[in-house]
Amino acid sequence: MNFKLKDLGPQLITVLAVVFIFGFFTYNAQINMENRGIDFGYGFLSQESSFDVQFSLIEYDGSHSYFRAYLVGLLNTILVSVIGIIIATILGVIVGVARLSPNYLINKFAAYYVEFFRNIPLLLQIFFWYFAALRALPLPQDAEAIFGVFFLTIKGLYVPAFIWENLNIFFYSILAALIAIIVIRIHAKKLRETQGKQLPVFLISIGLIFILPLLSFLIGGVSLSFEIPQLKQLAATSFVYDGGLSLPPELIALTLSLSLYTATFIAECVRAGIQGVGKGQKEAAASIGLTPNQVLKLVIMPQALRIIIPPTTNQYLNLTKNSSLAAAIAYPDLVLVFAGTALMQTGKAIEIVSITMFTYLSLSISISILMNWYNKRIAIQEK
Amino acid sequence: MFKYLKQLTSLVAMVAVLFTFTTESMAAKKSKTLKNTQKKGFVRCGVSQGLPGFSNADAAGNWTGVDVDVCRAVAAAVLGDANKVKFTPLSAKERFTALTSGEIDILSRNTTWTLSRDADIGLTFVGVNFYDGQGFMVRKSSGITSVNQFKNGISACTNIGTTTELNMRDFFNSKGISYEPVAFEKADEVVAAYDSGRCDTYTTDKSGLAAQRTKMSNPDEHIVLPETISKEPLGPVVRQGDSVWEDIVRWSLNAMIEAEEYGITSANADSMKTSENPAIKRLVGAEGELGAAFGLDNEWSLRIIKQVGNYGESYKRNIADTGILPDRGPNQLWTKGGILYVPPAR
Repeated sequence: MNFKLKDLGPQLITVLAVVFIFGFFTYNAQINMENRGIDFGYGFLSQESSFDVQFSLIEYDGSHSYFRAYLVGLLNTILVSVIGIIIATILGVIVGVARLSPNYLINKFAAYYVEFFRNIPLLLQIFFWYFAALRALPLPQDAEAIFGVFFLTIKGLYVPAFIWENLNIFFYSILAALIAIIVIRIHAKKLRETQGKQLPVFLISIGLIFILPLLSFLIGGVSLSFEIPQLKQLAATSFVYDGGLSLPPELIALTLSLSLYTATFIAECVRAGIQGVGKGQKEAAASIGLTPNQVLKLVIMPQALRIIIPPTTNQYLNLTKNSSLAAAIAYPDLVLVFAGTALMQTGKAIEIVSITMFTYLSLSISISILMNWYNKRIAIQEK
Repeated sequence: MFKYLKQLTSLVAMVAVLFTFTTESMAAKKSKTLKNTQKKGFVRCGVSQGLPGFSNADAAGNWTGVDVDVCRAVAAAVLGDANKVKFTPLSAKERFTALTSGEIDILSRNTTWTLSRDADIGLTFVGVNFYDGQGFMVRKSSGITSVNQFKNGISACTNIGTTTELNMRDFFNSKGISYEPVAFEKADEVVAAYDSGRCDTYTTDKSGLAAQRTKMSNPDEHIVLPETISKEPLGPVVRQGDSVWEDIVRWSLNAMIEAEEYGITSANADSMKTSENPAIKRLVGAEGELGAAFGLDNEWSLRIIKQVGNYGESYKRNIADTGILPDRGPNQLWTKGGILYVPPAR
């Protein structure tokens, strides 16, 4: 009994302290809000928002609800985070490997890149890319076409829009290709383990992912045409591109700065991971006749990944949270749309800030769970 | 002898305690904000992050502007010194939270008086110190001279968290024009983005446009279109629930406007004490007991006029002489064709 109490005591005290602190602040907020005549409630979420947002992944305008505005902001945050994570990872791996390159120029270039970009505050970099770099872009009427169809202007990047017919059949074909690839991989593994045969799995996979969608075009009735942006005059000196898809410069600047900044940290994780694998491993692998490619793929990388993944998870989380700096350059993310405009229009500070905090928490935890799952998969399987 | 001395000191102490009790009038006791302000020795005032003519800090950190003058007037009335103000620069987004949370006691930051703000979020608007309306600025070279020339696809830069965003939507919707709203958190970034060509037009209150125009790399290249698309009565705001403080701020502003109406200026205020007109005498504290109602002395308004000046002086110093809006437009006294009309101070 005594023993148990000793064990439970500190935990009980912690729980009580947490409850007390939380309760104190809730009570305090309630009293103060009552004194100042502020109502508390989440009912505003269904009211009409009556403000427009520059860039939205779902259909939205001011006649929709505040909840819809919240979704718009959330999706924009997720969009910039996902693109940022993908670019940062690719760039980070390349730079990380480049830092270990025996080539002096590549090695030094990568080192300077890392030292330069990770030592300048992110907000400054965002301002730099938005105001300095993007502002150097031409006005729409002066823009030169890239490949005849892309237009990079101060008002954004205009790309041709895809106009699909029978888009669902195209998706099914991709899905079919993916399933076929998984089946083939399982089969190839079995062959290798039972008969020692090596199937060119990679080539087959590439072939499938191209051929099946292609077939959907030829016989499935899928067709794709492009809508190329056209220059349109608004006034004597003011132009815009009409039609096609436009990526606002705010999104481009934010993605660029977030990925360039985070890539430096990922590069260091990758470098640390590769250097963390013993030299003997590489030599032993080479001595049993594995090709350099196989050495990297089968021996070095699986071990390096165990070192790389946990700190890289942190970088993914940082990137997602840093995307909230978007408000500085008018990218309509969650903070700007919901914790900014919506908060101002409704005055529901506590409600909106709590929702926003909870949303970021959920986003971060989702990334954590995903990365932990992956980390467990690649960890040493003790048998 | 010592015995008497002891008794004497306790008597003095008692009298002193009683005295402080009586000087602290009913009003002061009712108003927590007034009491706190007098205890701290300065007025806590929320202003903009830099809007020439309204609230703008110079290189030495001295704040000037018509919004700033409202806070200075309150400081002169309550503390006797117009310089005893602590200014807190706030973004549009932060302003109401700063006020309701008690970080500041007056919000004098070109804030539009609307029903939902007044009724919903624990605020009380005490008056209007500038009648404004939303307008558009465009580049002269664009050849646009009226909002009727706007076309589909126009991009408009503005601030978030203001009535501007809502008016803009109403305006473009009513005209059936599709537009791209580019909303920044800070005014400086809006100006920078518009100036570099990111947007075709910049929209906010017309006074704001006129003031921000002076910040552009080449002000002459831009014009403010003549149309006004909304009513924007700008004025100081206080927290709900302290009616005495509310009255002090309201009447500090009203005193400035009424002083102009009666021709009382910072220069002639003292000599006006001998005026024949009882309204003037009341305003300079030579007659009546107007201050007592707020728990202030009788010279509160005289101090405002002497230290800050009347509304016209403030306008001239901050907005007209700086070239922002030389024409007073609606912000002229009702007796001179404007709409400035305040209840009588009596």
